Amino acid sequence: MQAKALLKAGRGWALVFPLTLFLMIFYLAPIVLMVITSLSQAGETEGLSWSQYAEFFGDGFNLKVLWDTVWLGTQTTIVCLLLGYPLALLHSRTRPGNWRSILTFLIVLPLLTSAVVRTFAWIVILGRQGVINSALLSLSIIEEPLRLLSTHHGVIAALSQIQMPLMILPLIASMARLDPNLEAASASLGSPAWRTFWRITFPLTLPGIIAGSMLVFSASVSSFVTPSVIGGGRLMFMPMYIYQQAVSLFNYPFAATISTVLLITVLAVVTLLSSLGSLTRSYTRT
Amino acid sequence: MTQSSTVPLASASSSSAESSPPGRGHGLDIEGITHRFGDVTVLNQIHLQVNPGEFVALLGPSGCGKTTILRLVAGLLTPTVGQIRIDGQRVEHVPTHKRNVGIVFQNYALFPHMNVFDNVAYGLRAQGAKTTNVRSRVQDMLELVQLEVMGDRFPNELSGGQQQRIALARALAVEPRILLLDEPFSALDKNLRLDMQIEVKRLLTEQGITTMFVTHDQEEALSMADRIAVMSNGVVQQFDTPTTVYDRPSTLFVSQFVGTTNLISGTLIQHNRESCVVSLADGEQMQLAIDPDMPINSPVQLAIRPENLRLSTEPSPNALPVRVDICLPLGAATIYEVRTASGIPIKVTQPRGIGVKSLVPGQTVYLTLASAHACSIFHVSDTDPSV
Repeated sequence: MQAKALLKAGRGWALVFPLTLFLMIFYLAPIVLMVITSLSQAGETEGLSWSQYAEFFGDGFNLKVLWDTVWLGTQTTIVCLLLGYPLALLHSRTRPGNWRSILTFLIVLPLLTSAVVRTFAWIVILGRQGVINSALLSLSIIEEPLRLLSTHHGVIAALSQIQMPLMILPLIASMARLDPNLEAASASLGSPAWRTFWRITFPLTLPGIIAGSMLVFSASVSSFVTPSVIGGGRLMFMPMYIYQQAVSLFNYPFAATISTVLLITVLAVVTLLSSLGSLTRSYTRT
Repeated sequence: MTQSSTVPLASASSSSAESSPPGRGHGLDIEGITHRFGDVTVLNQIHLQVNPGEFVALLGPSGCGKTTILRLVAGLLTPTVGQIRIDGQRVEHVPTHKRNVGIVFQNYALFPHMNVFDNVAYGLRAQGAKTTNVRSRVQDMLELVQLEVMGDRFPNELSGGQQQRIALARALAVEPRILLLDEPFSALDKNLRLDMQIEVKRLLTEQGITTMFVTHDQEEALSMADRIAVMSNGVVQQFDTPTTVYDRPSTLFVSQFVGTTNLISGTLIQHNRESCVVSLADGEQMQLAIDPDMPINSPVQLAIRPENLRLSTEPSPNALPVRVDICLPLGAATIYEVRTASGIPIKVTQPRGIGVKSLVPGQTVYLTLASAHACSIFHVSDTDPSV
């Protein structure tokens, strides 16, 4: 009996073997290689050392880039959450049918176009003669065009729109699991809508919020195209910095160091969020 | 529907609306409620007057609109037409959280992220009760449902019966004016269900709280309710005490849906003020002590409960010769299925005593009505929606 079960499990392992092998060669090995490179020294010196890391953390500029990147990811996540949550709520409260299908389509639509295309669309919107500036000018609200491109806020606006589906889809999934009777029960016990929201809806959709935040944060801090194009080279974030060091300056050890620092930062945030998530998961598994 | 088992009337007749303690509970009036979802009319001209402290069952098949009534009373829906009054005051436009109407849901809807104590305390805290008052009230409620040691548990650590009792305690903690129960026992297994029915009935009678509960289980409605509103297709077919609903169903639907009944087609051939004669399909005639208000030669359906029929081995005037088909001894009673000469199957329940010889399949026996009143007669019209 036990042998049979073991055999069955073995067959399962055999099935995932090709993928495991693929990931080992093309994912795990490069990461190991990257970490080793980050520990090597500049120039031709042999041996491993922490010198690259000392250099990274010793320079205020590097720390500012790291902070800007984390801050960008945080802000984008917050904007996605604040704008995405009501939309997800609307979606989950719309009865299945035409309207709901249209909403689903609109939510998923950004995923169907390339991030490059979407970023260039934002240039049209944010540019000097862009949609926003011409509208404000023609309404005489402003006299001079505002500088929206190449600003931190411009990058957040574009990134938020691009990453929005990553927030909304997990939210919708967690709201679908929410029993509508819970909100009805809360109301019948004398709770006005806001109390029902904070006591029932919000805590029970927390797993979705956490999953969405994890996705949006890690996608934002590692995104390259949008911050580069909207930022127009005036703003420096980690992915751009890595690219610069590796491709323009051929400083592979330092590029690997920045990459490793970014990787560890993302892992830390994701671990933090998922430990928050595991606090709530015990009761949502009923 | 006629295949379902016979229904014990239990204690249904022992409690009536008048027996509830006076001065407690709140009256509920549903007046001319019509409700539509889009083009679909789910409730049509519903009138229900529930007395203070009364225990009313809404009984009907799924989709008959009974849960919609519950949601309207709770304020989760607003009626398209009509009025809902609690203690004479209109509440249709009072939001749910200000209506003070408690609900126990079919799935109990306990808050999964709160422990039992916080679940029961939820409504009290929403009212802004003081911490010490909350503590003692919750303790009282948990004692009431005999789960005082369960305060720290989470809902997913409780059994179905315990969850239900917590849901009840949570609803009762805020002293609702009306308590609504939505199929509260359907998720429980059979043995536990009976215990909980007795328990809930006792508890709510003690509290004297006006209760409306939805069920599709006729046994549950008959045994628990003071009055039953039998519904089908968004219409209340009959609203009366369990005994009346059972003994004198007002429509063919009610006679079929509540309890087991034999439906026999025939034609009304004669009637006067006291009695009538119905000719059955095989030409036999039955005399009944009912005066149906319908013209001669109307096609009719006779609805006769199996326990209201008698079988005898001796022929007698008015008796219908039948052949015993199947014999099912069920402890206290024996159920026979007999066939008339033309093959109409009829179920008969006979008490089974010691020394009484049971009948043998194939035997010819004589069928009579236990009393000439023990039968309902319905006019069959093509437009009758309840058939």
